Amino acid sequence: MSEKINTYTVTIYTENNIGLLNRISAIFQRRKINIESLSASESEIDDVFKFTLVVNITEHQMEKIKGQIERQVEVIKAFYHTDEETIFTESGLFKIKSELLFEEPQIQNIIKDSHARIVTVNREFFVLEKSGRRSEIDLVHRELKPFGIMQFTRSGRIAVTKTEMPISTLLQQIKDEQEAAFAKA
Amino acid sequence: MDVKTIDKKQSAAATTTKMSGSEALIHCLVAEGANLVYGYPGGAIMPFYDQLHIHQDKIQHVLTRHEQGATHAAQGFARATGKVGVAVATSGPGATNLITGIADAQIDSTPMVCITGQVGSHLLGSDAFQETDIIGISTPVTKWNYQITSAKEIPEVMAKAFYIARSGRPGPVLIDITKDAQFEEFDYAYAKCEHIRSYTPTPEVQEDQLKAAAEAINAAKKPMIVWGQGVILGEAEEEFKAFVEKSGIPAAWTILGVSAIPTSHPLNVGMVGMHGNYGPNVLTNECDVLIAIGMRFDDRVTGNLETYAKQAKIIHFEIDPAEVSKNVKADYPVLGNSKETLSRILPLINEKTHTDWHQRFKDHDVIEYEKVIKNDIHPTKEGLTMGEVIELINKKTKGEAIIVTDVGQHQMVGIRYADFNQSKSNITSGGLGTMGFALPAAIGAKMGAPDREVVAIIGDGGYQMTIQELGTVFQTEAAVKIVVLNNEFLGMVRQWQQLFFDKRYASTEMKNPNFCKIAEAYDIEAQKVSKRENLEAAVEKMIASKNSFFLEVMVEKEDNVFPMIPTGASVSDIRLE
Repeated sequence: MSEKINTYTVTIYTENNIGLLNRISAIFQRRKINIESLSASESEIDDVFKFTLVVNITEHQMEKIKGQIERQVEVIKAFYHTDEETIFTESGLFKIKSELLFEEPQIQNIIKDSHARIVTVNREFFVLEKSGRRSEIDLVHRELKPFGIMQFTRSGRIAVTKTEMPISTLLQQIKDEQEAAFAKA
Repeated sequence: MDVKTIDKKQSAAATTTKMSGSEALIHCLVAEGANLVYGYPGGAIMPFYDQLHIHQDKIQHVLTRHEQGATHAAQGFARATGKVGVAVATSGPGATNLITGIADAQIDSTPMVCITGQVGSHLLGSDAFQETDIIGISTPVTKWNYQITSAKEIPEVMAKAFYIARSGRPGPVLIDITKDAQFEEFDYAYAKCEHIRSYTPTPEVQEDQLKAAAEAINAAKKPMIVWGQGVILGEAEEEFKAFVEKSGIPAAWTILGVSAIPTSHPLNVGMVGMHGNYGPNVLTNECDVLIAIGMRFDDRVTGNLETYAKQAKIIHFEIDPAEVSKNVKADYPVLGNSKETLSRILPLINEKTHTDWHQRFKDHDVIEYEKVIKNDIHPTKEGLTMGEVIELINKKTKGEAIIVTDVGQHQMVGIRYADFNQSKSNITSGGLGTMGFALPAAIGAKMGAPDREVVAIIGDGGYQMTIQELGTVFQTEAAVKIVVLNNEFLGMVRQWQQLFFDKRYASTEMKNPNFCKIAEAYDIEAQKVSKRENLEAAVEKMIASKNSFFLEVMVEKEDNVFPMIPTGASVSDIRLE
């Protein structure tokens, strides 16, 4: 297997239990692998939780780590995908002094060119939201920086795959079976 | 806790009774057949201990002298019986003292449930007296862990704990219970757990994998089996024996695999790995098909992976999908429980003898015997060897004993030379290499298998790491036979210092106390042997004794264990001297 380092989006479907995040992050930590970003949410299935994280490792490492993740009792299934296989996005929020909107016409151009969205405006500040690839958010950040950014925050990656996730049917099947068993009892 | 993770059908079935959380714990343990637990009381676990006292007719609690001892005793019990071992401790230091045993059970796949008390739920996170985040601390070394803060969670979580600990690839589970949850009254009902949605303990056996593996086995000219503890954990001893005998394939074992078939079996070719036998190590790099069964290609088994069995097709029978191709790429994985896979592959394989190939192993045995074994078990020099002590134990127990070893030179010598007639007879700390394991593990093994002779073989270093458990032997009158092979050194480290650090014996020489006096202080009959002429009678006396017995044997100070694969070397570069 190739020893080339790739960016992988790892999607982990789990039970919603306290401590599971610790268990998953420990798998990366003990191999000294940095988690570049992490987000947690509900999944498309009721009662099933989903972690999406991004790591830069070789495919060989990735394959082994997937096995270690799936070994965890409360993990239902884990998948990994390359950037080419996913539609992914991150979101950045920029808090900027409102007066700059009028004093610096360039800011309006940046907003327009980047397709960023103004979330709120008040007398003191306005908040700009930019979703997209990391590079696009970084570009807006670079361009706004000289004017002064009061606060900046960027979310972890969220992603969906281009191909079907086999998990949905699998989970639906489990759920149907459980409900059938429960109804019988 | 999500109720949906357990079959609703089962939870709905049982009837309820009002009781406290701590009393419920007793009922859960009884329901799981755990009538023997090891532990140590303290503040946060006192409500449970109160119930243990009240219900002592149902559950025997053994007070060890340290919580680490409780875990090792639970492990020894589990390894001797195949049942789940149980260890109990209080919060804070009680809980942290369990960690070494838990890590040991994790890496050696030993089924164990640990119960820890925790400070009251209103105090969680407040740095309360004896509060520690044992869930956080134990996460990387447990198969599963859970903190209970409400009594109503107890039945379901305990059912899950035992199910997870014993199913699939077994392992340790830790359940942390706050003090208020132990006091809280609730309606108790118990239903065994038999399914968890997110957990597939045993992968389904795939017919095509069996067929592909069988074809490779049938086509092999020089096949070799390496089996591990998976055969014992899967209770597949009979199926394994049938497989070995029908295929006629030379079978070697890992340190945890031994005793699955009798050591005297003609197809047993010895141990693989760092201090394993000459033949199976060298011929690993000559076989054309390597059949790994219930083992995980630990680095102590494989040596340098770059040169490990590169010429061979690898067949890997394994229950844990994460182990397949983790260290050694499997050409033919066979996933599933060893009992099922081995019985199902049996009709697919051809009957063979591989006579010439067997001869190769025998040729290597002759070389190893001349260069190593002869001098180990029938020494002509004045000093006593570890090997001759093991040989005498074999003679006096006729290979019927459970041999519990600690970690170091005596462990390698002990396991290399011990005779095992029946399964679950070798109890040792394999993956973690935990010094101090043997004495408490032997206590647990003796209680689990009271009709069997249990001999603990320990070095003078490891013995002093859990020597306080002599107190447990004294109080319980567990008739364990304790053999300390005393070379007044941390022998294995000293060996490495001699071979790889120009004999700079940094902190390995030990000034030891009078071990016999210590044993006698606990009312344990003790004997020290320094001369060969006294050895056999002493071993005989020890084995004949109905009670616990301590035997100290002064062995040669600077003997080395050979064969040896130096770290990073190839298995075929194994050294005989």
